[in-house]
Amino acid sequence: MGSIALLLLVALPLAGFVVLGLAGKRLRPAAVAVIGAGSVGLAALDALGLLVRFLLEPPEARVIRQTLWVWLDTGELHPRLSLLLDPLALVMALVVTGVGFLIHLYSIGFMRGEEGNGRFFAQMNLFVASMLVLVLADDLFFLYLGWEGVGLSSYLLIGFWWRDEKNGRAARKAFIVTRIGDAAMAVGLFVLFQGLGTLQISEVAARATAAWRVGAGPAVLASALLFAGAAGKSAQLPLQTWLPDAMAGPTPVSALIHAATMVTAGVYLIARMHALFELAPDVLAAVAVVGAVTMLLAGLSAIAQRDIKRVLAYSTMSQIGMMFLALGVGAWSAAIFHLVVHAFFKALLFLSAGVVILALDHEHDLFRMGGLRKELPLAFWTFAIAGASLAGLPLVTAGFYSKDLILWEAWASSRGGPLLGAAGIFGALVTSLYVGRVILLAFFGERRTVASVRPGRVLAIPLVVLAGLSLVGGLVELPPTLGHAPSFSWFLEPSLPAATAAGRRSDMAILQGLTSLASLSGILLAYLGFLRHRRADEELPLVGPGVTGILASGFGFDALYDLCVVRPLTRIARANSADALDRIFEGLAALVGLTHRALCRTQTGRLRTYAAAMVVGTVVIVGIAVLR
Amino acid sequence: MILGWIVVLTLAGGALAWSGGRRASRWIALGTLALDLVLVGPLFLRRPATPAGRRWLAELVLPWMPRYGVGIHLAIDGLSLLLIVLTLVLGILAVVASWREITQRTGFFHFNLMAVLAGILGVFMALDLFLFYLFWELMLLPMALLIAIWGHERRTRAAIKFFLFTQAGGLVMLVSILGLAFVHHADTGVLTFDYPELVGTPMPAAVEMLLMLGFFLGFAVKLPAVPLHTWLPDAHTEAPTAGSVVLAGLLLKTGAYGLLRFALPIFPEASRAFAPVAMTLGTIGIVYGAVLAWAQTDLKRLVAYTSVSHLGFVLLGIYAAGTVAQEGAVVQMLAHGLSTGGLFILVGALQERLGTRSLDRMGGLWAMAPRMGVLGMMLALASLGLPAFGNFVGEILVLVGSYPRSPELTAVATAAMVLATAYSLRLVQRTFFGARAEPASVLQDLSARETAVLVAAALGLICLGLYPQPVLDTAEPALGALRTVFGQVARR
Repeated sequence: MGSIALLLLVALPLAGFVVLGLAGKRLRPAAVAVIGAGSVGLAALDALGLLVRFLLEPPEARVIRQTLWVWLDTGELHPRLSLLLDPLALVMALVVTGVGFLIHLYSIGFMRGEEGNGRFFAQMNLFVASMLVLVLADDLFFLYLGWEGVGLSSYLLIGFWWRDEKNGRAARKAFIVTRIGDAAMAVGLFVLFQGLGTLQISEVAARATAAWRVGAGPAVLASALLFAGAAGKSAQLPLQTWLPDAMAGPTPVSALIHAATMVTAGVYLIARMHALFELAPDVLAAVAVVGAVTMLLAGLSAIAQRDIKRVLAYSTMSQIGMMFLALGVGAWSAAIFHLVVHAFFKALLFLSAGVVILALDHEHDLFRMGGLRKELPLAFWTFAIAGASLAGLPLVTAGFYSKDLILWEAWASSRGGPLLGAAGIFGALVTSLYVGRVILLAFFGERRTVASVRPGRVLAIPLVVLAGLSLVGGLVELPPTLGHAPSFSWFLEPSLPAATAAGRRSDMAILQGLTSLASLSGILLAYLGFLRHRRADEELPLVGPGVTGILASGFGFDALYDLCVVRPLTRIARANSADALDRIFEGLAALVGLTHRALCRTQTGRLRTYAAAMVVGTVVIVGIAVLR
Repeated sequence: MILGWIVVLTLAGGALAWSGGRRASRWIALGTLALDLVLVGPLFLRRPATPAGRRWLAELVLPWMPRYGVGIHLAIDGLSLLLIVLTLVLGILAVVASWREITQRTGFFHFNLMAVLAGILGVFMALDLFLFYLFWELMLLPMALLIAIWGHERRTRAAIKFFLFTQAGGLVMLVSILGLAFVHHADTGVLTFDYPELVGTPMPAAVEMLLMLGFFLGFAVKLPAVPLHTWLPDAHTEAPTAGSVVLAGLLLKTGAYGLLRFALPIFPEASRAFAPVAMTLGTIGIVYGAVLAWAQTDLKRLVAYTSVSHLGFVLLGIYAAGTVAQEGAVVQMLAHGLSTGGLFILVGALQERLGTRSLDRMGGLWAMAPRMGVLGMMLALASLGLPAFGNFVGEILVLVGSYPRSPELTAVATAAMVLATAYSLRLVQRTFFGARAEPASVLQDLSARETAVLVAAALGLICLGLYPQPVLDTAEPALGALRTVFGQVARR
């Protein structure tokens, strides 16, 4: 039973993709919607059924394996297309199908009347199927198939509105930059296979711990390379530049792929391979530092963005940075907890931003919004709830619980420390500052553009459901100071070891107080800076245009890469487009031609020249003979 | 016996096509190739699942010039079988794809096409080195004619260049073949060109190296390995569609086949010593070809340079010389045949309609030709090495297999994945997406005939990508046997 349900989980969206891909053009829009959203909805129900089944079983029995077929079998290498459902995979699958279904539902309304509806839903279903392969794969090669599959669907959907060259550029940038990470990850797989002789995930963990001691060369190399892959997919430094541009895609795509699921695949990968990473403490430290730095830089960049979706994109980078921070200090389940909660509130932020964008006829500029609170109350309230959750408003929001757990671990666990903890608290302040700014600019103040469309029911349902989840979703994991019911980590315990943080309950309470304070003061700062003293549009208060520019450009990484990588490469490639090596052979041919012409000259047809040449030749030959 | 018939039948079909009329010649060519495929079919089904002592699936030995040790010796194992099936399948696709493109001297066109195919089939079967050389040359002239007569703007030049390069390589190989026979004669007193006899001929290291280099040069030109690749973009670009398909899909593979069949087993020590160089050349080819492909504005030239990159993987895999790497090289050969063959057919279809191959004059074609767009996208994705397509299986096996031999080269070759993404996406972007470069033009989507051809290629790639096992099982006994020779002598 269980294994069939597991197969269906992947098969349903895949079937949706195949049907819509082959017949999407001929189907009526209603049929497209039913197939597109329905396949994911059924998969979500399926995942819920599996959750119930798991909860009824004792923890050690919560695992289902199902091999589809042996992909290929040659030499020592025999990767199988096999699925593994354990608590971690199930949590991911629930997020992918659950949030995925809500976003598909929303898309029915959002994409109504668009050209290429069938194509849209086909590609969305392909994404869900690939993402499920990624999280359910039991073999790293199979996981890689899903990994590249989500990259492909991301590329296709960013460039969905293909007529605009700009979207194509953003789509290619996303695919190419993430593929840099993918290439590193592939080499990581070679290292693992060479050292361990297997790529089956549980086997890799077992053999790695048995064969390699902590800090062993291959373990460090492999985990560093996998980390590079994770950084690419999850838009972490230094491979983060593709994400803000990826906002060129339709808003539901941004919500599903570039906020809730695909970009968190890196977090999943590291959590899944935690046994390997634990053998490489230096790499884990790097994960924490990269996460913390990304969190801060992206959070600061978010403050200066004009485009509402770009604010959210930088926010996603920042929040995933926080998850990486958690991974780096060994807080595996806290990272996954925040991943889930983030999926709720960030998807909701995008979806309600989508309502605003739709209502303002595809306006993205925050400074042309304003005062929308009254006109779009549903969008306002849901955006505010999601924003509060993102800012981690104490006690009432889900974000508070997940973020708090991470900050506590960053502070108190043996791998963390005050520096990482302080960075986290500062990050919380920055977060609520940029959230507050967006809400104030878009929904408060004077009205600048009139809203033309109001959301229908198809748009409203996902918003309301996600708003509920953004509020109460955190209650599955209550910290020791507030009831101590960590059921989420208990559920994950068969997959992920418990956190290591050890500290007094009073310290924890102090830290919670500090983060709450940071979060609230961020909102206050936003109020002071952007509503009370609202100034000329572009500039941030206090810091001046220079800093604003740096922040708005995301600290200039794009310009830097363009200067150091893209342009030199393009120049070299262009300069050599005629292939310099060909010159050698063309030169050879030219030389032959030249000799030919030179010798032709001697064929004058004049007897005198010939006779003279013969005489000279004879003299030379005779001369040589005599002189030897 | 059946092997002989296949070659003779293909040649006879060509001759018949020449004498037939315009319509008849197409059907004759198609029918002949289909009949060949029917003849090969039973061999494919009968192939042993495991190596059971018998090395050849079919063999034909006839005396020819016994005084010079030359005989007619044809035989196939799993490796040849796979390549023969690829030859026939791509041959059929090429005939169907040029159904409307070729309107002048149709009969002669098909004669030449069939002659090239017969030569290729012979190369994949011949075990007598003299006969092998004969078939090797048989491929050459009709191919040059295909380019020179039915090609595009700069066809004569490209044909001559192609002829000179391959002929030069072939002559060097001929010298090596003769040298090998003489060494064997001096050693044993028997003059023979028979491959099974020649394998294991003991010789001084310097002689072995020299003779091996002669073979390598001949094969490296065909493959092509950088820096001997520069005939390829010209020839591929100027050839008619069928010519490009046969060139990229099949002719290049004869080089790889020659390395696997002859260069490595006959000269194991020298090959082992030479392997680092060959692997480096392969890796350079992967990167260099990709960079060049990326910079092209002529669509066909772009596709042509991707071949340099993809065949680099084959060279890398062959000389990494493990089971996994060589299996990867074989899968890569098949997958590249289908993906690049398909892309050339697509480019041919575009050129036929737009009258141009320039990327600058395309763009936004998705609106008018979505079917072309979807299939073009699939072929481009296969070409960039996306999992679920055959090229991925080929490349990843090569890389997994060569990692233990050289982590550095493997890492560089893997990084070329990024370049492959760049050129493949550029290809689809500049043709199908973005604004229309020439809004006035009207573009007809693929016809049913063209769609069928490309769908067949795409499906083949997906089968190779998701379930390559039958191919691996067919190739492995053959590769294993070749490697045993290679390994035994090398270990000595």
